[in-house]
Amino acid sequence: MLNAEKKTCKYNEHLCKYYEQFKVYRDKVLALSNDSLEKTVAVALALCLVCAVLVSLATVALRPLQNYNKALDMKKNILDVAGLLADDTDIDGAFKERIEAKIVDLKTGDYVDNIDADEYDQRKAAKDPAQNEVIPVEKDIASIRFKAKYAKIFLVKNGDQLQSIILPVNGYGLWSTMYGFMALDADGQTVQSINLYDQGETPGLGGEVVNPNWRALWKGKKVYSENGEVALGLVKGTVDTSRPDAVYKVDGLAGATLTSRGVSNLVQYWMGAEGFAPYLNKIKSAN
Amino acid sequence: MDKETKKVLFEPLVDNNPITLQVLGVCSALAVTSQMSTSLIMALALTSVTACSSAAISAVRNHIPGSIRIIVQMIIIASLVIVVDQLLKAFAFDVSKKLSVFVGLIITNCIVMGRAEAYAMKNPPLQSFIDGVGNGLGYSLILIIVAFFRETLGSGKLLGFDVFPLVQDGGWYVPNGMMLLPPSAFFLIGLIIWGFRTWKPKQVEHDEFKIMSISHGEGGHH
Repeated sequence: MLNAEKKTCKYNEHLCKYYEQFKVYRDKVLALSNDSLEKTVAVALALCLVCAVLVSLATVALRPLQNYNKALDMKKNILDVAGLLADDTDIDGAFKERIEAKIVDLKTGDYVDNIDADEYDQRKAAKDPAQNEVIPVEKDIASIRFKAKYAKIFLVKNGDQLQSIILPVNGYGLWSTMYGFMALDADGQTVQSINLYDQGETPGLGGEVVNPNWRALWKGKKVYSENGEVALGLVKGTVDTSRPDAVYKVDGLAGATLTSRGVSNLVQYWMGAEGFAPYLNKIKSAN
Repeated sequence: MDKETKKVLFEPLVDNNPITLQVLGVCSALAVTSQMSTSLIMALALTSVTACSSAAISAVRNHIPGSIRIIVQMIIIASLVIVVDQLLKAFAFDVSKKLSVFVGLIITNCIVMGRAEAYAMKNPPLQSFIDGVGNGLGYSLILIIVAFFRETLGSGKLLGFDVFPLVQDGGWYVPNGMMLLPPSAFFLIGLIIWGFRTWKPKQVEHDEFKIMSISHGEGGHH
C-alpha cells in the first residue's frame, strides 16, 4: 500500500501531499447528502472554478486570432471601398502597399501627427469622454450623439499620386447605427464608392445598402454644390437623369424610406462643417 | 449501433422533433434561417452545445444539489456557448458576424435546457451525448428545410449560388421579400408541423378541454 503510494508520487513531494489531502476532502464532499448546505456551496464553487478556467482559456488562447480577423476584416472593408478588392487579393500586402492611415482634427481639418494612426480606434474614441465631443441636438442630423475629436482617414496612393480619400462615416438608419466608409477622388468632391460595412437594417429592404448594384450608383456623384453646400443625398425612387441636380442624387432604397433618409443624413452630417468639410476644403485649396 | 442508441439518435428527427412536436427553440429558428449558410453554422453550433452540455451535466448528475439544479445546468451551458462563440469568432469570422447575437442566445435556447432537464439528469453521459446530438439534428433538419425555402424564394439563391435569376439582374424571378422577414419562418414552421402531423397522426395533440355546447350549459335562452 505504502509502496503503491510512493510510486504515484513521481513529481514534487509537496504537490503529492496536497493532492492526497485534496482527495480526502473531495471524497468527504462527494459523500455528503446532495441537499446539504455544505455540498451545495462546494458544488457551486467547484463548478464556477472549472467553468471560469474553461472560458478564460478559450478567450485568452483565441484572442490573437480574433484580433487578427477583426483587423483583416477592417482592411477588407477599406480595400473594398477603395475598389482594390478582388477575390484573390492579398489583403495585408495590398493594404500595406497602397493605403496610409492618417489622423485628422475634425475642427481644423489639419493632420495630427502626435497620434499613432495604426493604433487609434475612432469608434472607441467616440465613446470615450476624454476623446469625444457631444454633438448638440440641433446639429446632430445623423443621430449619433457623440463623435471623436479626431478622425482616422485613409489615403490611397498610386505611387506618389493620391488616388482616393477614404472617410469614416456613421449615422442612424431605421434600427441601427450604420458604420461605413466613403471614398472620394483626390479632388474631395467626386464620390468613388460607399461601403456601409456594419449595419443592422432590415434584410432585403434597408439591408440593401450593401447591394453592389446600389453601391455602384454612387460612383461619379458630386458631394458639394457650386455654393459649397452638401448636395449629395438620396431621392425617393429613381433619379431622373434630366434633372439639373441629378449628379448629386442617388436612387433611394425601395421599401426602405427611413434607412434611405438615414443614409442621406449621415452624408449630410459627415460631409458638412461638423464633419470633414474643413479637411476637404484644405485638400481642395492645396490642389 | 444497438436499437436503443438508434432510437435515441433518430427519434428526435421526425417522431419527437424538438421544434415541430415539442415546439422548442422556435425563436432562433425564425431569426437565422433567412440564409442557408447561417442556418448550417447555427445548427452545428447548437448540436455541439446540446451534445456536450448534456454529456457534462449527465456526468455530474448524481452530485447536483436540487436547490441549484437549474443554475448548475445554466452555468455549464453558458460556458460551452461562450467557448463556441469564441471559436466561431476565431475560425469563422464572417459567419459569426452574421449570426451576431444568436450564438449567445443558444444559452437560452429551450432545446438545450429541455434536454438537460428531461434526459441528461436521468441518464449516463454517453447516452445523453447521443440524445443531444439527436435533438440537435432534429433542430438542424427543420432549420435546413426553412432556410431552403426562405433563401431560394426570398433571394433566388442557395448558399450564395443563383437558383432563380432575379429581375434586378435581368432574369425573370421577382424575389418574395416577405420570405426574408422573420414572420415567413412562422408560416413555414406551421406548414411543416401540419405536414408532420398529417403524416404521423399520433403527433396530433388531444384537446385539453372541450367547449361545451350551449344546450348542456346552465344559462342559455330557451
